[in-house]
Amino acid sequence: MSGLSRRKLITGGLAATAGITGLAVADRLAKAYGLVPPDAGGIFGPGETLTYAAQSLLTAHRPAREFPRSMISKDPFAVPIAPPTEAFKKSQALGFNDWRLTVDGMVERPTAFSLADLQSLPVRNQITEVACEEGWSYVAEWIGTPLSGVLREVGVLPQARYVAYFSVEPDQWDSLDMGEALHPQTYLTMGMNGGELPVAFGGPLRMRVPMQLGYKNLKFLHHITVTDSMKRFGKGLGSASPEGGYAWFAGI
Amino acid sequence: MATASPRAISTTPRHAAVVRITHWLTVLAFLALLITGAEILISHPRFYWGESGNANMRPLFSLPLPTSRPWVNNGFGTAMPDGNGWGRYLHFEAAWVVALTGLVYVLWGVWRGHFKNNLTPERGERSAGALWRVITKSLRGGRAADDEAHSYNALQRATYLVVIFVLFPMVIWTGLAMSPSFTSAVPAAASLLGGRQSARTLHFVITLLLVGFFGVHVAMIALAGFWKRTRAMITGRARTAKEDA
Repeated sequence: MSGLSRRKLITGGLAATAGITGLAVADRLAKAYGLVPPDAGGIFGPGETLTYAAQSLLTAHRPAREFPRSMISKDPFAVPIAPPTEAFKKSQALGFNDWRLTVDGMVERPTAFSLADLQSLPVRNQITEVACEEGWSYVAEWIGTPLSGVLREVGVLPQARYVAYFSVEPDQWDSLDMGEALHPQTYLTMGMNGGELPVAFGGPLRMRVPMQLGYKNLKFLHHITVTDSMKRFGKGLGSASPEGGYAWFAGI
Repeated sequence: MATASPRAISTTPRHAAVVRITHWLTVLAFLALLITGAEILISHPRFYWGESGNANMRPLFSLPLPTSRPWVNNGFGTAMPDGNGWGRYLHFEAAWVVALTGLVYVLWGVWRGHFKNNLTPERGERSAGALWRVITKSLRGGRAADDEAHSYNALQRATYLVVIFVLFPMVIWTGLAMSPSFTSAVPAAASLLGGRQSARTLHFVITLLLVGFFGVHVAMIALAGFWKRTRAMITGRARTAKEDA
């Protein structure tokens, strides 16, 4: 047994110091460039931060894959929804004429949009895949107006960093960082496969985020808040998902 | 303070520190990936080919397992608890450990000639006949020769190279091909495999191959002397033939 030589001790010490310094610098840089997700605490924080940071750097401004019309799934699947409330049924009977999407928070002009208001903005379509974290998926045509246009209408303040969005269903809320909120494929969706968006698939209004898995695509959207920090929302983890054990970032 | 045995055990260097550290990190991460992968799998134990597939579509094959989702029932109930939240968090954290560890190992191995010197089958053994001789020798149950405590035979070398340079890269690729964010940057990651569901099915098949390797690997170590081989992978040194006798 030769024991630890002085040279090995010095080399090891230098390597450890370099490693710790490197981690500290990486932490500073990640925070400065907004590469740390709101749910970065706890034992899964390092992995989650690496995933979010890597994908933010790698995929910024790239479009999610789009497919030819022939690849639209004939048998799309939707997770069964909870029984609609009386208020929802009443709105449905009115053809959702009274449905409002309120947009507030760090904006110059807080606004309540009717579905007709949203239809009067540029309406686009995309043929993209909904992929569930469970593993299943389907391809569909989604028709809606890009969220970026709505954010332009209300005038987002420069210090804003996140867009939080809420479903009429209790405890169903989520958020996107500003990059994903302004992504050209992030839609407020009102139609599917050439027709209206069925209630089972989130009609009358669903957030469509093809860059992320299904659970970021909230159904029955009625409220959007622009903010500089997710700390004041729920437990401050960015969305309802981490409160139920699921990651805020769902790009993988 | 470690003390040398009075018998003055003679040992020879066997595994480099980088090999030992990356080996055990990979073992830990692989087990975490396996457990969490099974956990995620039971939320939808059905497999498809092509771009998309779901509970309304006919599967390529499905596994006879109880599931953790009421809307997916393969005939064995749906009463399993949902662990996809922590399962997915841990799966990707462990995937980072495997990917970064693998990167360090491969760069080091190329730099120090580890693959060329220790893992490429030796000149006279690069033939099917030579591999067959190793296989039949193992099947006859011959105890590992003494020199195999200090080197790998041709079959081991070929297997390790396939695991390191084919199976691990493929399992990472097929995993990334399921990420809507990653495939936006690299669409070919999914399309070259035939689509997202093909990638998921291949991810499962490659996992089975890796589990098969893991099982055979542990069995071979048990045959050769579990503690002798495991000690060498921990301390880095193998005892010489004389001491073993």
